[in-house]
Amino acid sequence: MPLIENGKIIEDRFVRVGDDEALPEGAAVLIGVDRFLREAETLKGRQAPVGVIWPNDRPIAEIAPYLDRLSLIALVFPIFRDGRAYSQARLLRERLGWRGPLRATGNVLRDQFLLMERSGFDQIEAVKGADADAFDEAVHRYTVFYQPATDERPSLLRQRLGRTVRGV
Amino acid sequence: MYAYDEFDRAFLAERVDEFRDQVVRRLSGALTEDEFKPLRLMNGVYLQLHAYMLRIAIPYGTLNADQLRRMAHVARTYDRGYGHFTTRQNIQFNWIKLEELPEAMAALAEVGVHGIQTSGNCIRNVTTDQWSGATPEECDDPRIWAEILRQYSTLHPEFTYLPRKFKIAITAAAHDRAATKVHDVGLRLHRNAQGELGFEVLVGGGLGRTPFVGKSIRPFLPVRDLLSYIEAIMRVYNQYGRRDNIYKARIKILVHEIGAEAFAKAVEAEWEAIRGGALHLTDEMIAEIRGRFIYPAFQALEDDPAELVEALKDARFATWYRNSVHKHKVPGHSIVTISLKPVGAPPGDATADQMDVVADLADDYGFGEIRVGHEQNLCLPNIAQKDLPELWRRLDAAGLATPNVNLVNDIIACPGLDYCALANARAIPVAQEIAKRFSDLDRARGIGRLHINISGCINACGHHHVGHIGILGVEKNGQEFYQITLGGRADEHAQLGTLLGPAVSYEQVPGLIEDVVDTYMELRAGPHELFIDTVARLGVEPFKERVYAAH
Repeated sequence: MPLIENGKIIEDRFVRVGDDEALPEGAAVLIGVDRFLREAETLKGRQAPVGVIWPNDRPIAEIAPYLDRLSLIALVFPIFRDGRAYSQARLLRERLGWRGPLRATGNVLRDQFLLMERSGFDQIEAVKGADADAFDEAVHRYTVFYQPATDERPSLLRQRLGRTVRGV
Repeated sequence: MYAYDEFDRAFLAERVDEFRDQVVRRLSGALTEDEFKPLRLMNGVYLQLHAYMLRIAIPYGTLNADQLRRMAHVARTYDRGYGHFTTRQNIQFNWIKLEELPEAMAALAEVGVHGIQTSGNCIRNVTTDQWSGATPEECDDPRIWAEILRQYSTLHPEFTYLPRKFKIAITAAAHDRAATKVHDVGLRLHRNAQGELGFEVLVGGGLGRTPFVGKSIRPFLPVRDLLSYIEAIMRVYNQYGRRDNIYKARIKILVHEIGAEAFAKAVEAEWEAIRGGALHLTDEMIAEIRGRFIYPAFQALEDDPAELVEALKDARFATWYRNSVHKHKVPGHSIVTISLKPVGAPPGDATADQMDVVADLADDYGFGEIRVGHEQNLCLPNIAQKDLPELWRRLDAAGLATPNVNLVNDIIACPGLDYCALANARAIPVAQEIAKRFSDLDRARGIGRLHINISGCINACGHHHVGHIGILGVEKNGQEFYQITLGGRADEHAQLGTLLGPAVSYEQVPGLIEDVVDTYMELRAGPHELFIDTVARLGVEPFKERVYAAH
């Protein structure tokens, strides 16, 4: 599946490792939340980057103590109609201050790219190749945004007043 | 009227383009029907029993004459010459082809009308009192706040894939015409002891298969905090609302399961973190939106002008006047309700020609403004009293002067099995037959205020739980049966109706309703005791005894 970061298709340097598989030495890994929490202490000393797949039914606030040792957070859309990860993404960015890469995974489709970008995702793992190719079009379809969100597009609430305030 | 500016127009054009592209991708197979469905729903496009249906939002029930004329055009060009006004300030076209939908949408978008978020699991069209801005009862124009919410919720990145649909209603009058207590969020705008404007916030109301009256979680929310507080509610719901069962996914189930207090606590905690942020409404922002509402330049007129006094000598006019004309806040003016319930016609339907007539009347007498209420009637909110006789003559000529507003044959009904893919039973023919039984308007007037609501299935689009008489169609062994409830109401004293007894067959319904009404006529304390008050005083038992003894 193509991985898009800031509008460009990139190589995924993280290896997804199952709960029972050994972690490959020296490689950046993306692991499930159960393993991550279970092995949190040992992972602390790991030299290579660690990313976690945080499920959408676990409160995102619980990730707070681990943020400084994570190199990637992947949130999950089990089906594109399940929008819980949008709230998790915004809370990660706006409340918990996460600045690192935030990846949308699962049933990730073109017609939701813009919502994901506006909610703070900067990496998008597209299901369909054609969707990935249309990324640029999908996120630039609109020039008008009514409400403030995580992205820094000026919202109409302020734009109408002729002053575009960064971040609102 | 709210005047769209260049931002609104640009957004709408972009939205139509996007949908055009989505339809192309659906037709080419790039989008599966499963993937396409939520996208079309959020543009108001349903796949119904016989065809695609287009549901168009009438934000907070306000339309101008050009917009209504364009709806008439769409009805004529793409549908079968009529439209159906719903219980949530929308209009539905039932016979549109998928290929022609983008074209119909583009025609509507030219006059600032759209179907955005009239369906789907998102924040729906925000509804309010159809008398907004005209009634002396209100503390402020609730449409200002509905418009702020409309903008805020339009294509909201975080809240477009909620567990389930989300409906917000606002009232700014003590008498609640917006049914706020049976919405996911109900907002009651009022002034506190210091004279400041704020909202009482209710959550978790709703009808459907598990009906609840909303619970108050905040008695007074300063208006400037409206968006941050709504965002807090939405964020709690989006994360914790149930997604395992579509029938338990509305916010009312979450509020019921964890309790209103625990829910309120979670909302307040979230709100504390965001209330000072980007969503805080400054006075300038509010003034900017308020400034885009253009009010009529009313003439200085006296109440009860000679033209009106003279016309009232005509018994037919006087009957209509007493039934359909209401007090305006500006002297010499009135609010006029146009009944879309002529006896024998489907409730809420209007033909393209009737829409054109109403648009013309709005232009000629009403500053070009039309309203739609949840009772499925239209309203001309700003009519000079001296023009009432002429207005009435023209309404009457178009079949739009049935003086039955709020009477037993002013029935609210969903489309039912005649149109809807979800329905178990017919609703429109039941309404038509009951209306016929009470077609003698003197008799209907003698009965007084009585709301009958009919739903063709448990989803309750006809709001049967809150009808003074509620009728719910169910299916039993392949046949249509109907459950009757009494004593429901949707106003500021909202409560759910009580089941009268066993369900009855399609054929039995009209007779049974007549028996209920006859029983009321016998039992009421006097002509001034309304049906709903007699039921409140006596309960359903005396009705049950009488009605089921007869059948």
